Amino acid sequence: MIDTGDFWLLTILLGIGTFLIRFSFLGFLGGRELPEWLLLHLRYVGISVFPALVTPMLLWPAATGGETDWIRVAAGAIAFVAGMRISVIGAILSGMGAFYGLRAIESLL
Amino acid sequence: MTDPGLSRGQPGRAFWRGYRDCAPFTLIVVPFSMLFGVVARDAGLDVLQTMSMAVLVIAGASQFTALALLQDQAPVLVALAAALVVNLRMAMYSAALVPHLGHAPLGMRALMAYLMVDQAFAVAVRTYEDEPQMSRAEKVGYYMGCMMLICPFWYAFTLVGALVGNLIPASLELDFAAPVCFIALSAPLLRSAAHMVAACVSVAAAILFHALPWNLGLFAAALTAMVAGAQTELWLRRRRAAA
Repeated sequence: MIDTGDFWLLTILLGIGTFLIRFSFLGFLGGRELPEWLLLHLRYVGISVFPALVTPMLLWPAATGGETDWIRVAAGAIAFVAGMRISVIGAILSGMGAFYGLRAIESLL
Repeated sequence: MTDPGLSRGQPGRAFWRGYRDCAPFTLIVVPFSMLFGVVARDAGLDVLQTMSMAVLVIAGASQFTALALLQDQAPVLVALAAALVVNLRMAMYSAALVPHLGHAPLGMRALMAYLMVDQAFAVAVRTYEDEPQMSRAEKVGYYMGCMMLICPFWYAFTLVGALVGNLIPASLELDFAAPVCFIALSAPLLRSAAHMVAACVSVAAAILFHALPWNLGLFAAALTAMVAGAQTELWLRRRRAAA
């Protein structure tokens, strides 16, 4: 059981802390001009963060207790190919579709 | 023609474009937020607690982390630190948005900070880079359009998950929506050789740094990949200049 006091303390602090992280540069720097070297690095934020988020989710998913599940890895690969070849919607639909499709095949074997 | 940065352009139209461009991600936000509602109720939270967390934090991965650690009876500060580290990536988003949105008034910047979620950040920055002629007001409008689509879905389907969670079988494995989401976000960002390098380094570094404590692996991997991407771009530029 989660203690009610603990829950509210954590939720409020996490809310404030998360807001401050989001506010940080945008809030405090405002319209200031950033140096060229920093702008150069900032152009790579998205493509540096997302693959690093996905990799452990695919290789060691919490849902399986950290056990590598090849169906998840394969469906992730299919989503990536569809994302490159087709579109964002293509990636989402074929990723989830491949995942459930492979699960269905697995259950038949 | 006046300075495009000062002209107002059409922020209203930009808002609806952002709204449309983010639409595919509702397919992800719906199952993922429902899953949070289900997991939170399973952990013993009531509907008000579940919704409070979703509204105050709006950051799925950190909400799951905090909840799991509380369930394991971890001290509040430990759970807080672990969940905040998951959100550290958003400091990078915040910095990356400065050149596009930093001119907005303080209250607007605070609202934009509160609403900052992965999908909308990725879609907005991609559009800003593709269309440097967008005016400042249009950039703000576009950003708000992205966020105004994602956030209401996030709240509404957390509520649905919290209310009807027991009807959703665990065998649905809704958690798989999260990796699919970030893959769908990554693919369109692979726009140059330097971006490819950044992505490959990001994957390799995530594996290498996986054992780092307190979820710091993600942050370390992202920083490494950013430097790799930027250095590759510089190197390619020098090589082109020499040729």
